[in-house]
Amino acid sequence: MLDTASRPFLEVAGLESWYGESHILHGVDFNVRRGEVVTLLGRNGAGKTTTLKSIMGMVGKRKGSVRFEGTETIGLSSDKIARLGVALCPEERGIFSSLNVQENLMLPPQVKPGGLPVEQIFELFPNLKERLSSQGTKLSGGEQQMLAIGRILRTGATLLMLDEPTEGLAPVIIEQIGHTIGRLKAQGFTILLVEQNFRFASTVADRYYVMEHGKIIDSFANSELAANMDKLHEYLGV
Amino acid sequence: MMIPLLNIPTQALFGQLLLGLINGAFYALLSLGLAVIFGMLNIVNFAHGALYMVGAFVAYFLLNIAGLGYWWALILAPIIVGAFGIFIERSMLQWLAGLDHLYGLLLTFGLALVIQGVFQAEFGSSGLPYSIPPALQGGQNLGFMYLPKYRGWVVIFSLFVCIATWYLIEKTKLGAYLRAATENPQLVRAFGVNVPLMITLTYGFGVALAALAGVLAAPINQVRPLMGAEFIIVVFAVVVIGGMGSIMGSVVTGFMLGVIEGLTKVFYPEASNTVVFVIMAIVLLIKPAGLFGRTA
Repeated sequence: MLDTASRPFLEVAGLESWYGESHILHGVDFNVRRGEVVTLLGRNGAGKTTTLKSIMGMVGKRKGSVRFEGTETIGLSSDKIARLGVALCPEERGIFSSLNVQENLMLPPQVKPGGLPVEQIFELFPNLKERLSSQGTKLSGGEQQMLAIGRILRTGATLLMLDEPTEGLAPVIIEQIGHTIGRLKAQGFTILLVEQNFRFASTVADRYYVMEHGKIIDSFANSELAANMDKLHEYLGV
Repeated sequence: MMIPLLNIPTQALFGQLLLGLINGAFYALLSLGLAVIFGMLNIVNFAHGALYMVGAFVAYFLLNIAGLGYWWALILAPIIVGAFGIFIERSMLQWLAGLDHLYGLLLTFGLALVIQGVFQAEFGSSGLPYSIPPALQGGQNLGFMYLPKYRGWVVIFSLFVCIATWYLIEKTKLGAYLRAATENPQLVRAFGVNVPLMITLTYGFGVALAALAGVLAAPINQVRPLMGAEFIIVVFAVVVIGGMGSIMGSVVTGFMLGVIEGLTKVFYPEASNTVVFVIMAIVLLIKPAGLFGRTA
């Protein structure tokens, strides 16, 4: 019998998805266990972002299976999936320009009990507290990223999907975000991360999946990272 | 009493100013509804004038069939017409999401023709009388002008509704959802908000505002099938001047243009029917996004 800790929290099987006529994912299989930080690696256009959007129900058409805590979500709309406790921090951050920082932070509705209190979010990201009345898009890139992560911590979502949270940010901010992900993991959040920067990913991830052409082509644990370095360089072309 | 400089009687000046304010109140209420609908649905609702007319007719029916007077109509007509709007959105407009503006424009224009055609076939083109409620009959001599109570009420009540709508959208949580969904509906939905429901209710709300304007207009303009068709052209000019999708812009521009139109009637009556369109042309040349518009 599987104990609850090792039973998949998120189970993706044979996931295919389309944007209009373009077939992007061609049968993606992977799983994430409760409390893990799992990273999807891959080159640009491999289908990482589309995988997150497909889990969230934000693509045109999906096939296959996405089970979250045992519930099949493939036929659900994205608002219903969010209500199960899945939250996405999108690559483009999605800060709303017509809302101030406070409104952006408080926008996502509470989907479950147990979200972080706002004070704790300010503790993680002190910059936000000082800029509550600023227009959301007037923040720096790093602050916008903090806001984009901070606002999904309030909601009680238990699976956080972060799409390239370090993209285009200064090293000191990347460090702060890494520290935050570590703290969130310690608090019991399960995190599915998309990253190009595997040096950053290696500081937070438990396991990796490598994607290419809309499929998972390899996977390994963080402890096997060093042994897989050559392969990784080849996969990512770095 | 005369204004010595221009040789214009103050009674005429303030009378036209009041008329301008009243027209401005209707422009504001209607363009506000159009702005709310455009922001959320990306649809230029050409059926707005027809639904304004339906609001006035519902008031007429409530009185003559159900015996419910003006105050009831003020509450019930927006609800009934709003529900009709919800039916329109669910049955027709929702299928146009993501398509070019043109489709929504053509569909709502067609709807306006159908709705007006049905009422014209049934009631002809002449006006049906609708009287001012007893509490608002008569007026007050303010010394410099005579203020009919009902007209004062229309201006103040419209202003109240406009400010309440602005507050709802700019200062409440629901308004934050609306503003965010205007920018990125997909993401707001991925936060767990039922965006399609919000879109439907927004259309219902915008249409309810038109119906409310229709009820307010019934005692002033009588109830006529084409009352909206004539009015809506000017309202679209107001929306273009104010900037599509701007809430405050549509309210301020609505009142402002009503007043400008009124004053033109005093100083240069020949231009009173065209002044709004002249302003529209100038604004389009200088600031194509409109006075309060964010983007072109």
